[in-house]
Amino acid sequence: MTMTRTRIALLSAVAAGLVVSGYAFALPEGVDTIQVKAASKDHPLDELYSGWHFRTPETQALQEDDFENPGFLWVEQGVDLWETADGSEGKSCASCHGDAAESMAEAGAAMPKWNEALGKPVNMEQQINLCRSERMGAKPWKWESSELLSMTAFVRNQSRGKPVDVQVDGPMKPWFEKGETLYNTRVGQLDLACSSCHQNYYGQSIRADRLSQGQSNGFPTYRLKWQKLGSLHRRFKGCMSQVRAEPYKVGSDEFLALELYVNWRGQGLPVETPAVRQ
Amino acid sequence: MKALGLKGKTMEDMTRRDALAFAAGLVAITVLPLPVLAAEETAMDEINKFVGGGEAAESGRVTLETPEIAENGNTVPLTVMVDSPMTADDYVKRVLIVADANPRPGVATFHFSPKSGVAEASTRMRLARTQNVIAVAELSDGSFHMAKSMVKVTIGGCGG
Amino acid sequence: MAKSKPRVKAPKKADKGEVIAIKTLISHKMESGQRKDKKGDLIPRQIINRFTAKFNGESVFEVDIEPAISANPYLQFNMRVEEAGEFEFIWEDDDGSVYTKKQKLDVT
Repeated sequence: MTMTRTRIALLSAVAAGLVVSGYAFALPEGVDTIQVKAASKDHPLDELYSGWHFRTPETQALQEDDFENPGFLWVEQGVDLWETADGSEGKSCASCHGDAAESMAEAGAAMPKWNEALGKPVNMEQQINLCRSERMGAKPWKWESSELLSMTAFVRNQSRGKPVDVQVDGPMKPWFEKGETLYNTRVGQLDLACSSCHQNYYGQSIRADRLSQGQSNGFPTYRLKWQKLGSLHRRFKGCMSQVRAEPYKVGSDEFLALELYVNWRGQGLPVETPAVRQ
Repeated sequence: MKALGLKGKTMEDMTRRDALAFAAGLVAITVLPLPVLAAEETAMDEINKFVGGGEAAESGRVTLETPEIAENGNTVPLTVMVDSPMTADDYVKRVLIVADANPRPGVATFHFSPKSGVAEASTRMRLARTQNVIAVAELSDGSFHMAKSMVKVTIGGCGG
Repeated sequence: MAKSKPRVKAPKKADKGEVIAIKTLISHKMESGQRKDKKGDLIPRQIINRFTAKFNGESVFEVDIEPAISANPYLQFNMRVEEAGEFEFIWEDDDGSVYTKKQKLDVT
């Protein structure tokens, strides 16, 4: 990646800001840092920043307090659902997985993951629904339903503070490459790729909004705009609609590949679920 | 992101193609918003009803804390404080909160009692656009006091 | 969310005369009555319209809530502690539902 002078100036400004600003290190409990160096030299970014950095102090404060953070309303619903038996087998999540704090301590940081039986990767939402249909004999939850969001947020929250660590080699490689291509392909009437904003102009203003790196480590995320928790695929759809493109469907192979690639772009950033964004 | 010292840069190294795409997007966006509907009842009406012939003074006894800029109008934090001993014979009875450019100006009315200890409350509100938020407090001695605060409400990147 | 669920954060113990902060949050969409559905019809208003905080049966703090309060309404307020007892928090919904939560307070 060639570094423009603007980018170097921008990065030093960010670095300087981190040192002088009081709230930058007042992180949510269990989160050590929200800014890390890219893991590998061939990473398109030098420094990785959680979307938290690009928000106003009020939005940041909302995430910092586990009581005031409305995303925890969903996490709490997930606590109940974890213990609730459903389907023909009379099982709950806890029947197989026991205490989520132990069994799910790493899972939230490592999705999407290769599924040998299906011959493709699955993300957290898909894995939860696979458990429901195959082990519990229960109906899969609808994408973006309160139940699926709650369970996804609850499970990912168990991995809060753990660095994102997705596998991108072996059978995952073609999916990773597909995701990378999607990320860099211009779409829609505005003719913008993900990279047009989140790679090339993060930290700068798009109208009154501050562009982030488009990191995924806080999903499902409570968005002020949505006034509720929402999935990463919902966010992808929103971005695509806003550049006046025809969005892919939630749970589609395209979004799955994109999720894998975007998660890799945040490799090393701690899981923040449930994050709060604008 | 004031604290990070990042000022919005002009996109000097933006390609001409990007710039045109952005311009096209901006034009499309500026024609979209519908005219703001006239409020059925204005903020002034609400305040007049609340003070019932009395007069609310900007005496400095009411403090209204709101962000200068709200990233999204759907969730704007607000804290109101009234300087009062909160004893049985000298306390704040009610505080009315109105937003003067919302389709309906009423936001909330807080009812305090001497048991409250201090006259302070926080909530989160919806603001349809940049506007004034006004707090009017009624004290147990029958006097009214007010404070006003302007909140700039921004619209997200591509119109979201 | 399917069903509204309240959350309360208040101290379990306090000193006599101490002023304590109480935070409450309830999951609720707070449908404002101003929005239209895909067909262009107004979506009927459904909000939490009133909140009451009582201690030992006596009102401490109440709020008349308008549709301009954000979804998942958050309220923070205070109480001067005079005696041990029990809080009762009450949220009233436009649809007639009433959500309550109780919590004990010890005085040291």
